[in-house]
Amino acid sequence: MRRHRPEVLRTPVGIVGVTLLTVLVLLAVLAPLLWGDRATATNTGNMLAGPSPEHWAGTDNLGRDILFRTLVATRLSLVLTLVATTLGVGLGLLLGLAPLLLPQRLGRLVVAFVNVLLGFPSLLMVLFLAVILGVSTTSALLAIGIAIAPPFARLVHALGAGVTERDFVAAARIAGVPPARIMVRHVLPNVAEPLVVNATVTASSVLLAFGGLSFLGIGVQAPQYDWGRLMQDGLAIIYDNPLAALAPGIAFVLTGLAFNLTGEAAAGTFGAKSRSRMRWPAPASPRPGTRDDADLAADRDGLVLDVRDLAVTFPGPDGPIPPVRGVSIALRAGEAVGVVGESGSGKSMTALAVAQLVEEPGRVTAERLAFCATDLRSGRRAAHDALLGTSLAVVFQDPMTSLNPVLRVGTQLGEAARRHQGLTRRQASARAADRLRAVHLAEPERRLRQYPHEFSGGMRQRAMIAMGLMGTPRLIVADEPTTALDMTVQRQVLDVLQEVRREHGTALLLISHDVSVVSSVCDRVLVMYAGRIVEDLPSADLHTQARHPYTRALIGAVPDMTTDLDAPLATIAGQPVDPRHVPDGCAFAARCPLVTDRCRQEEPTLQAGPVGAVACWHVDDPIPAETEEVAVG
Amino acid sequence: MRRLLVSLWILVTASFLMIQLVPGDPVRAALGTSAPAELVATRRAQLGLDDSLLDQYLTYVRNLFTGDLGESILTQLSVAETIGQRLLATLSLALPAFVLTFAIAVPVGVAMAVVTRRGRRRRAELTFVGTSIVLASIPEFVVCVALVAVFAVNLGLVPAAGRSGIDSYVLPVLALAIGPAAVLARIVRVEMLAVLDADYIRTARAQRLSALRIHLRHALPNAVTATLTLSGLMLATMVAGTVLVENVFAWPGLGGTIVSSIQSRDYPLVQGAVLVYGAIALTVNTLVDVGIAAIDPRSMIGDS
Ligand code: SF4
Repeated sequence: MRRHRPEVLRTPVGIVGVTLLTVLVLLAVLAPLLWGDRATATNTGNMLAGPSPEHWAGTDNLGRDILFRTLVATRLSLVLTLVATTLGVGLGLLLGLAPLLLPQRLGRLVVAFVNVLLGFPSLLMVLFLAVILGVSTTSALLAIGIAIAPPFARLVHALGAGVTERDFVAAARIAGVPPARIMVRHVLPNVAEPLVVNATVTASSVLLAFGGLSFLGIGVQAPQYDWGRLMQDGLAIIYDNPLAALAPGIAFVLTGLAFNLTGEAAAGTFGAKSRSRMRWPAPASPRPGTRDDADLAADRDGLVLDVRDLAVTFPGPDGPIPPVRGVSIALRAGEAVGVVGESGSGKSMTALAVAQLVEEPGRVTAERLAFCATDLRSGRRAAHDALLGTSLAVVFQDPMTSLNPVLRVGTQLGEAARRHQGLTRRQASARAADRLRAVHLAEPERRLRQYPHEFSGGMRQRAMIAMGLMGTPRLIVADEPTTALDMTVQRQVLDVLQEVRREHGTALLLISHDVSVVSSVCDRVLVMYAGRIVEDLPSADLHTQARHPYTRALIGAVPDMTTDLDAPLATIAGQPVDPRHVPDGCAFAARCPLVTDRCRQEEPTLQAGPVGAVACWHVDDPIPAETEEVAVG
Repeated sequence: MRRLLVSLWILVTASFLMIQLVPGDPVRAALGTSAPAELVATRRAQLGLDDSLLDQYLTYVRNLFTGDLGESILTQLSVAETIGQRLLATLSLALPAFVLTFAIAVPVGVAMAVVTRRGRRRRAELTFVGTSIVLASIPEFVVCVALVAVFAVNLGLVPAAGRSGIDSYVLPVLALAIGPAAVLARIVRVEMLAVLDADYIRTARAQRLSALRIHLRHALPNAVTATLTLSGLMLATMVAGTVLVENVFAWPGLGGTIVSSIQSRDYPLVQGAVLVYGAIALTVNTLVDVGIAAIDPRSMIGDS
């Protein structure tokens, strides 16, 4: 326990809890010695008095001081709590470890027994035992101890079973160490911590259970008194002096709190993680001289999506974290653009930002962020709902989790159409059936009445696409739409996307880590690294004209028809950049075979070239053969 | 279902054995040392305590099926009848309290989840969690006494005890519901937070549904499914909690009956009451399992 105390004391909750506990223990030790006499001194001349300077909480029906009685009762209340808890924990240990020690059949019996016991509320068990054992303090102790044992037994059993499966226990068993010794030496130390935490919390319920029994008159018997007993006596005179019942009640609450807070702090569930304040940058001022003039606006009219200098930032403990740092994308009707990059390159965040789905506390800023010529930066988010809800479709990576498990597929498909297009329930479901047919799902009417778990992964992804087609989408943002699917299904889903594009002139922004997927579907490819676009080129030229060292490495990492499939997959050496620590200069410098001092100092910007644009100082240098050795970890 | 039956069987057997396990002669204990020996003998015979254990057990079980729980040693009234009347009074507390618990906890938990999501409004979160821990630390009977002291004694708004008009229900129901509501609200909040980060919520947002619909139609059912598992335990505890609450409010319910019959050692009555309480707890747990299956389509085929 000592090892954990600093941990407990590190939080305000823990400090309050431990302080309260200390005060209580001191009271338990000292109060009977100091005030024992005054607590039992009767005074028939001053019965049932309210609070006064001599008796802060008044007196009871024998003129005894309530406050002192309450303080003195601390000892009995706490001692009973401790004894009953210890008893319960001990019994729980026995019952919990027994299945691990006993022969299997017997062990299972014990587990089943504990499970049955768990079905009954513990107060019922206490009452049951109180009947058999008779009405006395000792029997109440036993009853409570026994009643709290089952939950402990289950905890011990669960924890112990985990430990016994580990290697060192198996080794000890093979070495012939007796089971009981294995328990004491190996299992107990490993389950001690959660047990202690749990025992602390249980102690508070034991305190209350005991108080409850005494309160009911089947716990502590007169002339002894604990808080429960005092409350019972106080209740009888509540009209004369409410404090007689309230003072011990307050003692209950404080003690319960002491146990609970200590337990909570030890378990780390409440405020244990010291969350330092997240810091935000000062609002960035827009760069000068970037206003769109009329010409430019006219030129940009045909764009479905027009994004310039898009940035996404999250607050972090050491300042803002920028997963996306100035991305520009322009998409025309029917155009398909792919965004590739490793995980952590900011490509998914870019997709979310474009789709206006970045949540608090993330912040999206852009110099221009227009969808179908509507500026998404102005006005409240809800103001754009109708436009985005009908004209922008989003397809996410994992079809297994992207549909709501408790709603029928039909409901999920139809609800946006009902909201944004004002369709009736029947119209919406007719449209949904039609859309499911469009993505080649058989028996759409039946499918609509099913729940997502009745769909396969590929079917769910097609349902997701159909969901996007409920309106008349001008743009589909698809974030790794095929990654979670197997090969043949991947192809089908991509084909569906292509079909939609052809038929409706829908633009497609396809996010993927898979260069081959992107280049097979898209007209243009954007390569992202560390939150920026480092190369932009037509997919037809990807394999021949790629100039950025990162792009070339990515292509090298993709198996194509000529790759020996048995050879290990090439990967790019080194680690992607952690968005929390974006280096100065070129972000790729640490992994780049062509790196020079200039790269480390100055960040290259996208420069238009013969077939696209690239951000690199050394675009035309040949890459040395042994890239692996240049890698920095 | 099998588990319910096994548990019920254990409950019946345990309640049967209860009388056998009482040290000494239960009838003598109930009637007191001064009772004449013939009276004790007659009562023993009435209770069948002189038969063999197996016979007694079979008779006990057979009688159970006909709804016969025996007679009180002291009053010789039918136990089944007594319990039937008292149970109604108890349920008239426990059920409203259960409903009230959810009526408080779900909206509060959901609202707190929405408001304090993603580390926003840390202070509101701390206040909420702190309050809920404090409220949950207060035992029912202390809540009862505090409520009585304030609303009945001090303000005189409602009666302090007894079962009379609607206003006599206010305090006991509140006392039963406050603690569980505090705990449940916290659980609802945590569940709701987890659900709000789920992919399907992002899908709903991508569809630009109204915030109300996202929270109530998409998130809430998922959050409540997880919460319901606990609600069974909660209702069972609540039924048990009535024992204390009834004691404070002198409520003519089953809880008071149990306590007074334990004190007076009226074993057949205790036996019946324990049996009924236990059966309620078990049934509630089973019902909750069934309820979850109805809400969550996945659990029917067991792949959740
Ligand atoms: S700028 Fe320098 S470090 Fe960056 S990719 Fe080009 S050559 Fe490599």
